[in-house]
Amino acid sequence: MDIQFTEEQELLGSSVQRLLRDQYDFDARRKIVASEEGVSRKQWADFAELGLFAAPFSEDVGGLGGGPLSTMIIMQEFGRHLVVEPFVETVVLAGGLIEQAGSKAQKQGFIPDIIAGTKIWALAWAEKDSRFDLAAVMTTARRDGGDYVLSGEKAAVIAAPWADYLIVSARISGRRDDRGGVSLFVVDRRAANLHLQSFKTIDGRRAAEVSLNNVRGQLLGKEGEGVAALEGCRDRAIGALCAEAVGAIGELNSATLEYSKTRKQFGTTIGSFQVLQHRMVDMFIAHQEALSLMQHLNLSLSTGEAGVSRLASGAKSKIGYAGRFVADQAVQLHGGMGMTDELNVGHYFKRISSINIQFGDPAYHLLRYARLDIAA
Amino acid sequence: MELALSPEDAAFRDEVRAFIAENYPAEMRVPNPETDLSKEQMLLWHRILHRKGWIAPLWPKEYGGPGWSITRRFIFEQETTRAGTMPPLAFSVTMVGPVIYTFGNEAQKKKFLPRILSGEDWWCQGYSEPGSGSDLATVRTKAVRDGDYYIVNGHKTWTTLAQHADWIFCLVRTDPAAKPQSGISFLLIDMKSPGVTVRPIITLDGSHEVNDVFLEDVRVPVENLIGEENKGWSYAKFLLGNERTSMAGIGRSTRYIARLKRIVKADIPEDDPAHLEFIRDIARVELDVLALEATELRVVAQMARAIDPGPAASLFKIRGTEIFQNITELTHRAIGNCGLAIREHPVSANLFMPGPDYGHTASEKYLNSRKLSIYGGSNEIQRNIIAKAVLGL
Repeated sequence: MDIQFTEEQELLGSSVQRLLRDQYDFDARRKIVASEEGVSRKQWADFAELGLFAAPFSEDVGGLGGGPLSTMIIMQEFGRHLVVEPFVETVVLAGGLIEQAGSKAQKQGFIPDIIAGTKIWALAWAEKDSRFDLAAVMTTARRDGGDYVLSGEKAAVIAAPWADYLIVSARISGRRDDRGGVSLFVVDRRAANLHLQSFKTIDGRRAAEVSLNNVRGQLLGKEGEGVAALEGCRDRAIGALCAEAVGAIGELNSATLEYSKTRKQFGTTIGSFQVLQHRMVDMFIAHQEALSLMQHLNLSLSTGEAGVSRLASGAKSKIGYAGRFVADQAVQLHGGMGMTDELNVGHYFKRISSINIQFGDPAYHLLRYARLDIAA
Repeated sequence: MELALSPEDAAFRDEVRAFIAENYPAEMRVPNPETDLSKEQMLLWHRILHRKGWIAPLWPKEYGGPGWSITRRFIFEQETTRAGTMPPLAFSVTMVGPVIYTFGNEAQKKKFLPRILSGEDWWCQGYSEPGSGSDLATVRTKAVRDGDYYIVNGHKTWTTLAQHADWIFCLVRTDPAAKPQSGISFLLIDMKSPGVTVRPIITLDGSHEVNDVFLEDVRVPVENLIGEENKGWSYAKFLLGNERTSMAGIGRSTRYIARLKRIVKADIPEDDPAHLEFIRDIARVELDVLALEATELRVVAQMARAIDPGPAASLFKIRGTEIFQNITELTHRAIGNCGLAIREHPVSANLFMPGPDYGHTASEKYLNSRKLSIYGGSNEIQRNIIAKAVLGL
């Protein structure tokens, strides 16, 4: 199941690698995170110029037609460098939803600005009590002329403070978790009566709770198909997040291995202790399995295999547990140094912790994987 | 689970419980006492315990201890941790104090012990160095005799709360030619001495608990040497033994489990399949605590009959820290999407945090508790100790 990359894919990978190596080392990232806005508009423009935002979109909408495999290649490198810019939110989540569900006018209206790097998007699906259930929506939308008017509260919207537009899930009918009553809407983030309460995330990003009080929005996709669209969106997001996690796991493993070969205690390198050797072998195995499963998932996403949603949950769970194991052990083996803000190890730990929350934790997806099997 | 108590000990337990309820300062009940309190606030409870005569349960009566039996010391520890009180600074009361009254001279006892008890002096621990973590015997900080002074040069690290400290107790190398363990001395250094610099280390939860301490040509009076020159290693080992006995952390774990249960009840509906998962995970960690608590009670009962518990401290440290890490992880998981947020430091009520109050410290606790399996002798080292000392391997 090894992926033979095409020439274009190889090129994409090496150009992202080069850009990040030159411009996005750990110090550069630290400065971005500490800046007032917490994001680099310049990096964002450079990513756009390199064609990263065009890569996954189909050629019909002005993209390069690379699909989930392009996203995978980009996200693995982003994971290695702990990139904070909202590629997943803008391109994978919003871009994917617009391409999948949007009208012709919406595609023409929104996707070129995403590709050009001139607009940032965020997806507001979660609510205070929704936990990881995409259908548990209390925010309401009612028709008002050709538009809709939205009211309610959305929770933990990553990248909302940076965004120009939000995609918001809202209920047009039915009870709290009635799937068929939910639709998606495009909302201008600077619209009247839309308020953000921003906060910092554990992995150095910005997010917000969003309150909407009769905010105008335009329907994205068909009425009542919001949850189905979000499920597809989540599968693609999981493909991207798993690639990012695998990038981070790989970096943690190399850093830990390197450290164990140089750090001396009791007159020898700590890597010579068998108990730590076995630990690092298990970390290596975890990385290999995670890499394979992540590639398998992204291949299945790119060919649109049946049952890909179940596979996505399986990968999110398995790679989530693998990431947590590796991150725990990387900190442990680095000792006190692993606990510091100064060293990058703790920052990979935090990114992996955050990935493990986004769109559902490993336990949630393990159960979803099991239940989808029973349902089939 | 409780020790079988005599009527007198049961009355003592009730007295401690009532004293805490009536006297623990409300000001110290903040979301995260370890990071949110000023030095003065941290000392409030210390001073109350001092006035009551309960500040140093471990100490013999002649030095200002309450003269409690092992059972009473345990009861006190149990009641204070169950009630979630912030323990007095361990570096002062539990660590350097016993070293001073056990190995120090009369002048040192007279000078330092009362100020430890009253909280006038805040102590920090100068053990670890960048090159000496688990392998403490290789400390390189040098102390060279110059008349009535030692001239000290070196770099100590992971020094907890050194930013507040008046004094630091240090392991220093006084005989570079001797075997690592034989050339070490135990030296008390005034933090106000010229040449002492403290540099904050920020940890991955964003807090400032630990520091680098740089010692550059620091002149330390010879009278600040504890015991004999080059015998510091045995004093250090004595001290580490005290450090590890309290690491089972049953009271703390029990409180955090209770909180976790409240969060799960409030945040995860019973018809959510995750609910059952949490119930199972919580039950499992509860049993871990129960088994450790039973072990602790068994050891306390043995100690009360003057049976040496041996390296039981290592077992407590391993299990106590693993259990607490597990609880903080479950708690972080339980708050769902709110776990993405983390409080900014320095903490301020003006900064917005999403979700109910009870979840606001879950992220930082989860991240901060990764240190538990590293500090105070990593859990790998503790396993080595058991392998060697208990299993004879």
